[in-house]
Amino acid sequence: MNKKKKLLSYALNFALVLVLFLVVNVLMAAGIINRYYGGLIMQVCISVVLAVSLNLVTGLLGQLVLGHAGFMSLGAYAAALFTIHSGMATSGAGGVLTIIVATLVGGLVAAFFSFLIGVPALRLKGDYLAIITLGFGEIIRVVMLNLEITGGARGLAGIPVLTNVNTSMIVAALTIFIIWAYMLSRHGRAVLAVREDEIAAEASGINTFRTKIVAFVIAAFFAGVAGSLYAHQIGVLSPTKFDFNYSIEILVMVVLGGMGSITGSTIAAVILTLLPELLRSVADYRMLAYALILILMMLFRPGGLLGRSELSIAGLGRFLRRKLFGRKAAAAGVPMTAGEELEVEAQTVQEPAIDAILTAEVKEKDKPEAQPENAGEGKED
Amino acid sequence: MTNLLAQIINGLSVGSIYALVALGYSMVYGIVKLINFAHGDIIMVAAYMMLIGMVMLGVPLWVCILACMVLTAVVGILVERLAYERLLKKGVPRISLLITAIGVSTFLQNLYQVLFGSSARSVPTIIPAGSVQVFGVSISYTMIITIAAMVVMMILLQLFVNRTKMGKAMRAVSEDPGAASLMGINRGKMVAITFAVGSLLAAVGAVLYCATYKQITPFMGSMLGLKCFVAAVLGGIGSIPGAMTGGLIMGVAESLTKGYISSTFADAVVFGILILVLIFRPQGLMGRRVSDKV
Repeated sequence: MNKKKKLLSYALNFALVLVLFLVVNVLMAAGIINRYYGGLIMQVCISVVLAVSLNLVTGLLGQLVLGHAGFMSLGAYAAALFTIHSGMATSGAGGVLTIIVATLVGGLVAAFFSFLIGVPALRLKGDYLAIITLGFGEIIRVVMLNLEITGGARGLAGIPVLTNVNTSMIVAALTIFIIWAYMLSRHGRAVLAVREDEIAAEASGINTFRTKIVAFVIAAFFAGVAGSLYAHQIGVLSPTKFDFNYSIEILVMVVLGGMGSITGSTIAAVILTLLPELLRSVADYRMLAYALILILMMLFRPGGLLGRSELSIAGLGRFLRRKLFGRKAAAAGVPMTAGEELEVEAQTVQEPAIDAILTAEVKEKDKPEAQPENAGEGKED
Repeated sequence: MTNLLAQIINGLSVGSIYALVALGYSMVYGIVKLINFAHGDIIMVAAYMMLIGMVMLGVPLWVCILACMVLTAVVGILVERLAYERLLKKGVPRISLLITAIGVSTFLQNLYQVLFGSSARSVPTIIPAGSVQVFGVSISYTMIITIAAMVVMMILLQLFVNRTKMGKAMRAVSEDPGAASLMGINRGKMVAITFAVGSLLAAVGAVLYCATYKQITPFMGSMLGLKCFVAAVLGGIGSIPGAMTGGLIMGVAESLTKGYISSTFADAVVFGILILVLIFRPQGLMGRRVSDKV
């Protein structure tokens, strides 16, 4: 039953993504989405990849990373250099193959370096990962500025433009899917357990160090992937783009959307990428506003907009049912967690916070976000 | 040989500034377990106060320095009250505190960029030029005063922490906040005082920074703060002599790298040191190893 629901949910989401994909393609063919809007869509997709991957470490694993832009930069340069020097085709079907390989190369390079710094940093408890990743991001920037092969301060130009709207959309969807699926697996539950209580998780037999390093490396991989998309979209790379402020921008997306909410990060990434385009006149105040958002968010709504809940079709259905038939039907099957209010916009579903690995069974039983729910709750009406 | 000696003295002088700033990180971390990312930007705020006082208002130097120290301490308390106090009382996860600190840091940087522009401002001379010759090495007055100021501040701080009642209360809170409150110590007040003392030391550091480099920008605090945090970790975070030693080691290491290897890689050396320390001696040179209680 549960498996069936899960499959149904995946099928439904896949269908939705397909519809979105078709709509965008039709609009592009009709000329409504021009180059400018196409560029925006690509930027949005890159932001989504970055925010969702950072959320895996910062929101779901609970380890602060302040050098996500550094990993992106590594991926971007690695992928760009690969495309330039490998001599693979840069147009037509060959171009598609090239960007796939280059993106994988970018992701793997970022993942490799994240492993190198993750091993010393994650062995320690506390905030050392934040400070080490921050330092690492700065080192990467300094190195990229001084290396011959990256073009130094002038930047790296002449990268074939291979990213298009479809590639970026596919990559964004794949990223969300992979991280989502990872979180639904037992590794994902280990990640949550580590966030809630590292000692309890360790006592329950979870290899906390391995859990942390795997999540960290996956996140860095996707940051590298985003970097590759960016490099092949813009065609020019300069080290100044990937500074500390950019890492903070990605962090704001995660914090605003809700630390631990994949859909939240996605929505926040979309909004925060489009907003500066609308507010070009006040661009000077953007970072100031971001900083204020961070502080105020932490003071008054530390969980972010969605908290730890996920937006889902099932939740939407429950919301509608609540509106139409009263609260009783809707309340069924939604486990409440201590200390977390459900004042989140009502179409979200509360995800049970896992206090320890012991409660994992409970979650398995009524995992709300992965179910289209129609059958289960209809009966109770 | 003289060159080496000159580099070391130069390093000690820069290291003195690092040590003063590192103390702020160390003390705050000791009492609330927070890496106060905004501490570096407090130095920037203090440096701009010096600029405003000396250039825009034309106040005499000693008034300017005193006012800068007092006002920076007030800024430190304000930051604590406005941004952190609520979170500390609620006992939120550490990551929330850390993100708030980053928010405060980014906020201050961008606020000062909007107010003063992002280009570097030059600060008038604070310590007159000139130098003394020792064993063939010329040591400028700035260096002598910087090192002396650090030593004096360090002695005063040691006396404050070890000999006064307030210092005792501070140590008690950092040792065990729960037991300290049971003994009638007001934790909130002690945290505020810690921020004030840390900021005051940062203000002294800022004055010396202005005297040494004569240029300030809204973003000067981020790299400086980072290095000083590394110094605090190196010395053993939470330990006052540790912060001093760590700062001096950082300064000398950086100066030697700049002198003998390459100036562009000085920052890389800083983080290299951090990573090595974290691998081999995570508690720092003078820190105590703390084990988790369940």
